[in-house]
Amino acid sequence: MTTGQIYIYIFIMAAVSYAIRVLPMTLIRKPITNRFVQSFLYYVPYVTLAVMTFPAITEATQSPLAGLLALLAGVAAAWFGAGLFPVAVICCAVVFAAELIFL
Amino acid sequence: MYTKEIDYSFQTKTNRTALRQGFRDGIPIGLGYFAVSFSLGIVARNAGLSPFQGFLASALCSASAGEYAGFTLIAAMGTFLEIAVITFITNARYLLMSCALSQKADPALPLRHRLLTSFYITDELFAISIARPGFMNPYYTYGAILIASPCWAFGTALGVIAGNLMPLRLVSAFSVALYGMFLAVIIPAARKEKVIAGLILLSFSASFGAAYLPVISNLSDGTRTIILTVVISASAAILFPRKSEEERTQV
Repeated sequence: MTTGQIYIYIFIMAAVSYAIRVLPMTLIRKPITNRFVQSFLYYVPYVTLAVMTFPAITEATQSPLAGLLALLAGVAAAWFGAGLFPVAVICCAVVFAAELIFL
Repeated sequence: MYTKEIDYSFQTKTNRTALRQGFRDGIPIGLGYFAVSFSLGIVARNAGLSPFQGFLASALCSASAGEYAGFTLIAAMGTFLEIAVITFITNARYLLMSCALSQKADPALPLRHRLLTSFYITDELFAISIARPGFMNPYYTYGAILIASPCWAFGTALGVIAGNLMPLRLVSAFSVALYGMFLAVIIPAARKEKVIAGLILLSFSASFGAAYLPVISNLSDGTRTIILTVVISASAAILFPRKSEEERTQV
């Protein structure tokens, strides 16, 4: 892949990311009322983040089991109210500890 | 109904105070961003991005899930259309947040402030902006951006650089930080709403199945994510439509 191509990729990502954020803020002055669209947009973040998390988390680590343990620990920590940063740290720590044992 | 025009210049004391408060509230967010973007930098490195390209992507996109999905598609040499669609899908929630913020903005808020504040609508900045009483003060948002944005961009660049130098064991550990952040966003909602909990379990299973089943596993990661997200979210929207704001507040 050429460097130029990567810059085009980055440009597309930036343009789409900004369009999504700026259009409602500048154009829409009334709330969305269509129930399907409203519900769809509401569910999208949860579904897409879940789809991207598993099984990818088990493929990101050297040992798939370590990734799986990090997933379980992360879910438990977030369930009991840990914030963004603590959950991320806990996942990292679990992988580090697990791979010390397994590898 | 205004007794006097609101002054949106930087000269006023209120706006400078808001800038400082935003900066202060942005510090813990920036620290979190730094750790997570470091992990994102590792993904960028695997996709063949240079530290500068990682920095640029993060400075311009500021979206964890969106950038992650974009980088995986770059790694898979996806088409330009695929990358546009996946960026749209993974950032669709910002469309919602932008709608919500547009309701929080003073109708008289000048266009330049709308253009600038929109640039950094993220989960965390949205949360702190919406939590403040009254109309959104753009300077508060700018204060938070001043600290959060450099943390995010430099963290990514550092991830690309150090990902090459760090022992494999540490790379492996850091690479899950991003997923930890995803979990921190979805799990609290699952605890509150059974439908969301069910959807997350379904998404995990469907995604696992799609990664290994014949035919569909031949599609790229990005395409699978798009298909699964649209199908599952649309089905959920039909089966479990959300009540409108008025109906919810009436209960």
